[in-house]
Formats: sequence, C-alpha cells, structure tokens
Amino acid sequence: MPITRVEVAHLATLSRLALSDEELDRYAGQLEAIITAVARVQEVAAEGIPPTSHAADLVNVFRSDVVVPPIGAAAALDQAPAAEQGRFRVPRILTED
Amino acid sequence: MNTELTAMTAAEIATAIAGGQVTAVEVTRAHLDRIEAVDGQVRAFLHVAPDAALSAARAVDNRRAAGDPLGPLAGVPLALKDVFTTRDMPTTCGSRILQGWRPPYDATITTRLRQAGVVILGKANMDEFAMGSSTENSAYGPSHNPWDLSRVPGGSSGGSAAAVTAFEAPLGIGTDTGGSIRQPAAVCGIVGVKPTYGGSSRYGVVAFASSLDSPGPLARTVLDAALLHEVMSGHDPCDSTSVDAPVPPVVAAARQADVAGLRVGVVTELGGDGYQAGVLARFGEAVELLESLGAKVTEVSCPHFSYALPAYYLIAPSECSSNLARFDAMRYGLRVGDDGTRSAAEVMSLTRAAGFGAEVKRRIMLGTYALSSGYYDAYYGKAQQVRTLICRDFDAAFEQVDVLISPSTPTTAFPIGERADDPMAMYLADLCTIPSDLAGNAAISVPCGLAPEDGLPVGLQIMAPVLADDRLYRVGAAVEAALEQRWGHPLLAEAAGLDARAGQDAGAGQDARAGQDARAGQDAGAGQDAGAGQDAGAGQDAGAGQDAGAGQGAGR
Repeated sequence: MPITRVEVAHLATLSRLALSDEELDRYAGQLEAIITAVARVQEVAAEGIPPTSHAADLVNVFRSDVVVPPIGAAAALDQAPAAEQGRFRVPRILTED
Repeated sequence: MNTELTAMTAAEIATAIAGGQVTAVEVTRAHLDRIEAVDGQVRAFLHVAPDAALSAARAVDNRRAAGDPLGPLAGVPLALKDVFTTRDMPTTCGSRILQGWRPPYDATITTRLRQAGVVILGKANMDEFAMGSSTENSAYGPSHNPWDLSRVPGGSSGGSAAAVTAFEAPLGIGTDTGGSIRQPAAVCGIVGVKPTYGGSSRYGVVAFASSLDSPGPLARTVLDAALLHEVMSGHDPCDSTSVDAPVPPVVAAARQADVAGLRVGVVTELGGDGYQAGVLARFGEAVELLESLGAKVTEVSCPHFSYALPAYYLIAPSECSSNLARFDAMRYGLRVGDDGTRSAAEVMSLTRAAGFGAEVKRRIMLGTYALSSGYYDAYYGKAQQVRTLICRDFDAAFEQVDVLISPSTPTTAFPIGERADDPMAMYLADLCTIPSDLAGNAAISVPCGLAPEDGLPVGLQIMAPVLADDRLYRVGAAVEAALEQRWGHPLLAEAAGLDARAGQDAGAGQDARAGQDARAGQDAGAGQDAGAGQDAGAGQDAGAGQDAGAGQGAGR
C-alpha cells in the first residue's frame, strides 16, 4: 500500500522528528516497501486467534512496598542538558498568546 | 603482550587465578594490551576503561590473598554491550543522542558482574539502540569481523562478538531482541545464547522492545557461555518481567555434553530457498553428527515461522516507538536548538532528528504507523495474533521433540556496506532467530564449520522450551566436542591471519573513536516544519502502552 510523503510528514510529527525534505522522500519509499512486506501477517491472523502481547506468563507482579533511598537531586541533575536552581531547565511549553 | 593469557578460556583463567598461577591484574593487563594492539582495526569497543578494569582485577587479587572465596568467573575480563548502564563508564547505546552519557545507576547485570569479580574491560559497540544486524547503524562507525575485516561482525551485539572473536576478551554480553546475540555469534564463529525471556534481568538495559529484549552471554566455548549465563541470570525484583524461578542447570548441562536418546527436530521452514549453499551443507553435516552421537532426529514443521519476520518487524518497531519517546532532550542526553526562541516540542523534534540515525528513525515511524488509529488492528493487532500462532507451533513441536535445530543465519557474514541501503535485505539476517524471541523461549548458536565458498563461519541454532535453557548447553557442548575432535582444534584456530593481520599496525589506536562518523552528523537545521501537534507524544498515538513489557495481560 502506498505511503505518501504527506503521510510520512505526519508520522514524523507524531514521532517528534524534524525531518528534512530529502529524508521524507527517502522514508516514503522505504516505509512503503517494509509495510508491504510485513502486511503478510494479515494472511494468517484469522478471527478468534487471541493476541500475544508478551512471552512471559506473568500477570500482576507485585513486590513489597519497601522504602529505598532515591538517587538524589544532584545525581538526577548531573547529566541534565541544562539545570537551574536545582531543577531541570526546559524550553517553554506554552505559547505567548 | 602475553598472548598465552588471551588465548585461554574463561574457565581456564578463573581456575588459574584461583590456583595462584596468575593474577587477575596480569590477565587484565594482557587483554588491555591485546585491545591496544588490535582494536584499531576490529573496533569492537566504544570505550575502554583500563583504570576501572585494573582496579576490579586488583580487588579480586586482594580477595584471594585474604583467603575469601572467589566465584567461578572471578578475575575474568568481559566486553559489555554499551546498552547496559554503568556508573563508571559512558553508556551510549551506539547513539549520538546519548554521547557521553553517564548513567546514575548500574544495570542489575552490571552489578552482578561486579559482585562476581568479573572484570569489565569497557563498553562494546552495537547497532544504535540494538536496531540492526551488522553494527553499521552505530553512530560511531561499524565494528569489523575478525575473520575478514571487510565484513560485518553481525549485530546488534557485534562489538561484543568481535571482541570475543579477536581474543580481546574471553567473554562478552549482548542483548537479543530478534537475534542480536545469536546472529553475531554465528557469523563470528563463536557461541551466543538468548536465555529464556525473563531469565536475565532487563533492569538498566536501555529498552528497545520490552517484550522481546533478552540479555545473554557470548563466549568462545559452550562451557564459558554457561558459566556466564549462571552468573548473570536469576530473579530480579527490579524487573517486573523477571522470572522468579531457579536458573536452569546450564553449567552442569555443558559438562554433561551428551545427546544420546535426545529427540531433535529439524525445522522444515528454516532452510531451502534463500539460504547460502555452504550454510545448508554445514547444517546438514551437523544433523548427521547429532544422529551419529545418538540423537533421534526427525523433521518438524512449524508452518507459521515464515510469518515470524513480518510479525517481528511490526511488534519490535511498535514497542521501540513507544520506548524511545523517553529521549526528549529534557533530562539527559543531547539537546539541540534550545536558543530561547523555540518551544520544548520544537527542541525535542530537532534533537531527535539530530540524535537518532536513519534506522532508528525508520523504526520509530514504522511503529508509529503500526500503532496509529485506523492501522492498529490491521498491523499491530494482526502481528500479535501471529505471535500466538508462533507460540502454538513451538508448543506442538516441543510435544514431539526435546529441542529444535536450524541454521542460525541464512548466510555467512556479508561485506560492510552491502545491505546498508536496503532495510529489508538487512532484516533477513534475523530470519531464523526471530521465532524464539517472539515465543520467549531459549536458543543458542554454536559454530558448526566454515562455508566452503567463502571460508566464513556457519552457526547451528538450537532452540529449547521456556526455562529449559540447560538443553541448549547439553546439545551445544556435545556438538562442540565432536566437531573439535573431528577438526583437531577449535574453529577459531582456522581464522588464519587473525593474529598476523590484527598484529600489524599494532597500537594504531584507541584514540579518535567517538564522533567521527558522517552518519552521526545529520545536522538538523532550523525551520524544518517541526513543532506542530501538541497532542501526542512520540509514538503514543494509540495502544501499546509505555511498556509493552508489563501489563496488557493476554499471554498465551
């Protein structure tokens, strides 16, 4: 099934990837080839077959609610791209208007 | 350089250290020297940590001097895939977005290695975020196959495999999501094991596809792999998918090395068209060998295995698109374009465009597509149903036989660059290994000879039911012993020129490792129409929650 450049641009937006025009063109062709190949799953996945989301036979794993020391603010901020007053400094998230 | 020490197996090294014939520091020095001499060409390591390694080795020597008991791998050097967090070394996952990142905590497996006295020499190269089959997707350039430096060492754990193959370390650790341990082991002529899913902890393993990621050992012998398997495995309360059961008796099984009476099934669907002639020839010989050793070999059909690859390339990208949403340029890692005028969303998009390589971007978008409303049922939903069919094929097969076998890969190591521009061709490298990842069972690759047409290693894959990992070692060790008896030496002895070639230009360098690759430099300029859409975080358009690992019940 064809994947248009417009669709790739939408996927890039959803994926938070600021792609170049050249990348959009390249990915359109590649994604189409891959999606065509993987669509084969539709040949055998008939009604009534339950999905498997996970290989481990585990449901609702619990552990005791034990307090352990956190890593602390200094360690948490140590690798921050930008920090200020003991906090992560981030770009604005709201527009002015 | 003491090549006698680097030629020893992990078991031999540990015994020699425990017996006082050699110190852990001497062993570590010998391997650091070897890295210095050959890694300029093999490029297995992204980061070598001589000080940390020697300090860990000294601690082992001190414990021995004090009369403290030593574990079975105390003082043995190891190459750790750069996807495991390490407090004292960078953890980059082969990605520019994590260049220089120093994690604030150790992975559970890192901790277990340290406690066992295993000496971590450094961090091994890998395809970016473990997505790939060649290490060509590393932002820091590919590793090279020690059998032929113009060829790939496989991937994604190709750095760990190349290090073990080039005698830079007797042990390596990788992660297997679609074959990323077994495929590099196969094309490098060494042993690689994907344990049962949940048998080894994922805590501190930077996530690619949480329902599939399985850390496991790489080694030059089956026994060495078993010793490492035992040290690194076991229940971890920090990983909610960790299996709370005893580690299967893998070391005992490796020593047993006996297949008499064992029922072995050859998977019909994993062979034939598309497989290299020399791979099929060596596999055929391995089948005859198993029969001669007393195994009962039959052919078993697993009809849905041919749908495993398509299902995998929907499931893994879907999970990856969700998992990699965490790289948002806010708390750690790269940040690009934060000049005071741009919003957080714009900075996020510019950073991810600059920090991720082509394959990672491709898979994130593929996963985002498969999870999108309108496509979810047709793609991700169908792939999950196929996963059920694969599990059922395995269940039916394991009612008839104790283990299944196949070639580990359809071809031997391919030339660097050959598949770089053809994603589907690259994906085919995982054709034989993916079924066990989808079903979460255990599988190993052991060397079974060289393909006559190119003289490169061929791997035999053995698959066993969930938590029957010990069977892999029992069969693998039997095959290894019989083949080495036939050849008169281990397969790696035939890597003619490995020493000579690697020895020339010695000392050419650990330097200038990072940041030299053009692919890493995709400068995301401004004004690329980023930023729209405040709605969905990356890849969260629908379904498949943050961590397809836990939750989602279903199961088979």
